[in-house]
Amino acid sequence: MATPQSNANIRSGRLDKADIERNFSDLHPPLSRSEALIEADRCYFCYDAPCTTACPTGIDIPAFIQKIRSDNIRGSARTILTENIMGGMCARVCPTEVLCEEACVRNTHEDKPVEIGRLQRYATDPIFDDNTQLFERAEPSGKTVAVVGGGPAGLSCAHRLAMLGHDAVVYSRDSKLGGLNEYGIAAYKTVDDFAQREIDWILSIGGIDIRDNVALGADFTLADLCEQYDAVFLGIGLGSVNELGIDNEDLPGVENAIDYIAELRQTDDKSTLPVGERVVVIGGGMTAIDIAVQSKRLGAAHVDIVYRRGPEQMGASAFEQQLAQTSGVTIHHWAQPRRLRGDRAVTAIELEKTTLDADGRLVGSDETFVLDADVVFKAIGQKLADEQLGDELQALQLQGGKIVVDESQATSLDGVWAGGDCVVGGDDLTVSAVQHGKVAAHAIDRRLRS
Amino acid sequence: MADLTSDFLGIRSPNPFWLASAPPTDKAYNVNRAFEAGWGGAVWKTLGEDPPIVNVNGPRYSALHSNDRRVIGFNNIELITDRPLQTNLDEIRQIKRDWPDRALVVSVMLPMNEETWAKYVPMIEDTGADALELNFGCPHGMSERGMGAAVGQVPEYIQMATEWCKKVARIPVIVKLTPNVTHIVPPAKAAMDGGADAVSLINTVNSIMRVNYDTLTMYPATDGMGTHGGYCGEAVKPIALNMVAEISRNADTANIPISGIGGITDWRDAVDFLALGADNVQVCTAAMVYGFKIIDDLTDGLSTFLDDKGMRSVTELVGRAVPSVTDWQHLNLNYVEKAVINQDLCIKCGRCHIVCEDTSHQAITHTVNGSRHFEVIDAECVGCNLCVSVCPVESCITMRPVTDGIDARTGEPIKNEKLSWTAHPNNPMRKDG
Repeated sequence: MATPQSNANIRSGRLDKADIERNFSDLHPPLSRSEALIEADRCYFCYDAPCTTACPTGIDIPAFIQKIRSDNIRGSARTILTENIMGGMCARVCPTEVLCEEACVRNTHEDKPVEIGRLQRYATDPIFDDNTQLFERAEPSGKTVAVVGGGPAGLSCAHRLAMLGHDAVVYSRDSKLGGLNEYGIAAYKTVDDFAQREIDWILSIGGIDIRDNVALGADFTLADLCEQYDAVFLGIGLGSVNELGIDNEDLPGVENAIDYIAELRQTDDKSTLPVGERVVVIGGGMTAIDIAVQSKRLGAAHVDIVYRRGPEQMGASAFEQQLAQTSGVTIHHWAQPRRLRGDRAVTAIELEKTTLDADGRLVGSDETFVLDADVVFKAIGQKLADEQLGDELQALQLQGGKIVVDESQATSLDGVWAGGDCVVGGDDLTVSAVQHGKVAAHAIDRRLRS
Repeated sequence: MADLTSDFLGIRSPNPFWLASAPPTDKAYNVNRAFEAGWGGAVWKTLGEDPPIVNVNGPRYSALHSNDRRVIGFNNIELITDRPLQTNLDEIRQIKRDWPDRALVVSVMLPMNEETWAKYVPMIEDTGADALELNFGCPHGMSERGMGAAVGQVPEYIQMATEWCKKVARIPVIVKLTPNVTHIVPPAKAAMDGGADAVSLINTVNSIMRVNYDTLTMYPATDGMGTHGGYCGEAVKPIALNMVAEISRNADTANIPISGIGGITDWRDAVDFLALGADNVQVCTAAMVYGFKIIDDLTDGLSTFLDDKGMRSVTELVGRAVPSVTDWQHLNLNYVEKAVINQDLCIKCGRCHIVCEDTSHQAITHTVNGSRHFEVIDAECVGCNLCVSVCPVESCITMRPVTDGIDARTGEPIKNEKLSWTAHPNNPMRKDG
């Protein structure tokens, strides 16, 4: 963190280690065998199942649940992982309440869907625990594909390419693979170093080389890759954070939520992390919820989320909003930052109430209020890291700061595919990124074999 | 409150629920607990000759489970009582003395010679028991020794042994029948011809539960080997109901009192048996799965049901459904029903569509005007009831009688006159008129 020492209210050790460990234990603990069998029994085995339609990766959910019922756990895992190689992580982090579980027909009469996410975890956990290889590589094609980015999109693409018989070289900006699975996402959603265990299993198929700590633009160029490889996949995520666009944004204590979450995820003893007494989070998405809840669970006394619109417009699902509220976080809707207060460090944030004008546009008002703050987290979205990438993406068609792709994830530049958060239509979900990588791999395969 | 008291062959009990001859009635301790819980009667576990038989000391039971471990079917290889005869007789005498208002019947299984029957029947009667039940039903173990189902599968043997028993017995004699036969009426008729006062059915069905998936040997096993057992519990109820109804509606056997047995778990199961002609019922598996306390639901549920129906006693229910049971050949082939899906209740799971599409008559849509929508196509629906059977929402799909107009499937007008196979033009053996 940047200079927390400038404010005595920002300190570590607010809670003891045991409390912190309890606060950061599994949000959705695994189902026992009997729980899983009973829950699996609740699945109606729908025809043309709405849950499968709602899954971005199209997992045949009734089929994998049926296999749990019949105690064919390995077959169940194969059904899941064939469509979604990160089915283990998605079982933990997917907002199922707005995807498969929202579509579950059980909601019609009882408002209690089959717990698809937890069943998916039940089916896949043994695969990672035992490091069971489920997939074989096709005959070697002799082709090699460059994959830029070691997050869900890149690894999904690399794994599928490996299955299809191609070699993949993954260029990772970070020292660890996983992207936001490793550096983002609330810690209580993926405990016990699951992200790395999953990646180890993914890589164990073979044919995937890793080049870590190298960044596009700084260490190599897209033109180099196009020259050296048979195809290129870009899964570079969104490298920088949107600014609030108000005065004093560089005051100590004003932080990027994703940077703090990354530090938190990489810290074994979380009681050593500096935490403010009063924390204000600006934003309405999953990252806002993650930083707010984790701040609370680290011992912050007061945590407020400020979002400029209403609960329905929040990117975070209703479940996530409730999780924040039951964790003791206060959510302020219809308000936006106007000014940061403080001399040597931030001490408060001045906010103005917002409303919609006659044309439905968001407008500020003169009504203001002030929240004291030792730390203000910015969680209002990310964008392509253009200052780092420089001219690298000039050759690609962009729209709204993201890469334009077609339905096969092909960019406007021949031989280059892209997926994940960096493309138009990327929606900040692991499951969508995995689907992009998979779709791109099949498109690349078709090209390389034509 | 309806009167639940029961009079079966002159044996009175406070309710029509007796515990069947089985492990729950093996000794005084259990029967005492049953009567304290409120059971109307008990049929003592089958007595045999001394020296007593020997049971296996490994698994005697196994179950067919639902995924939440509910017992759907139950299998056993236990034999008749393995205690000395005198011990049982002493306890029976004491129980009858302690519980004079309860029915106490003694099950008995003896070899096929008259002298044995003449010797043992008076000894049992001397206990004060209300009746005898002749076990011609157990399909495992004892049948290998020429008893149990080995007798029950040969009507002549049933009649012979019943006659031997009736020669010496002064109390009523009930003959318990095995379901392991192709047709239940001849054994029931043989019991009547031998002088039986009543029949009870069914005993258990020959069964092997499964294999052990690790060892690929039969499960359960005794030191690596298994043997078929007798199957009971909820899963066998439909088999039992058919046999009870067959006896009830057959002119030769219609008058014999029936004690109905087979998978009775709650009061509705008892209603099934009673309405199809049983005069009382016996229960074993449900007690072995849940304990004796289930008697409360059985009696309370039956009593409430009778009140709802305006019936004052169990007798008014007995046999009520028997006239509605007939042979297939007498069903009205002019009668038409179509399934109807209540769209307000439909949860759009699509099960009705896929089972109809894959396995039946392609009579249910999945998409209408581009939307997920399930409705019956009358022009294809044969009224088979498959969709009703698989729909997870109760009463969402119902069958609607089509009483006039044109049958959309056949294009033929609905005919109000009845037409059974016996008179159908396609039947070369039809009887005119």
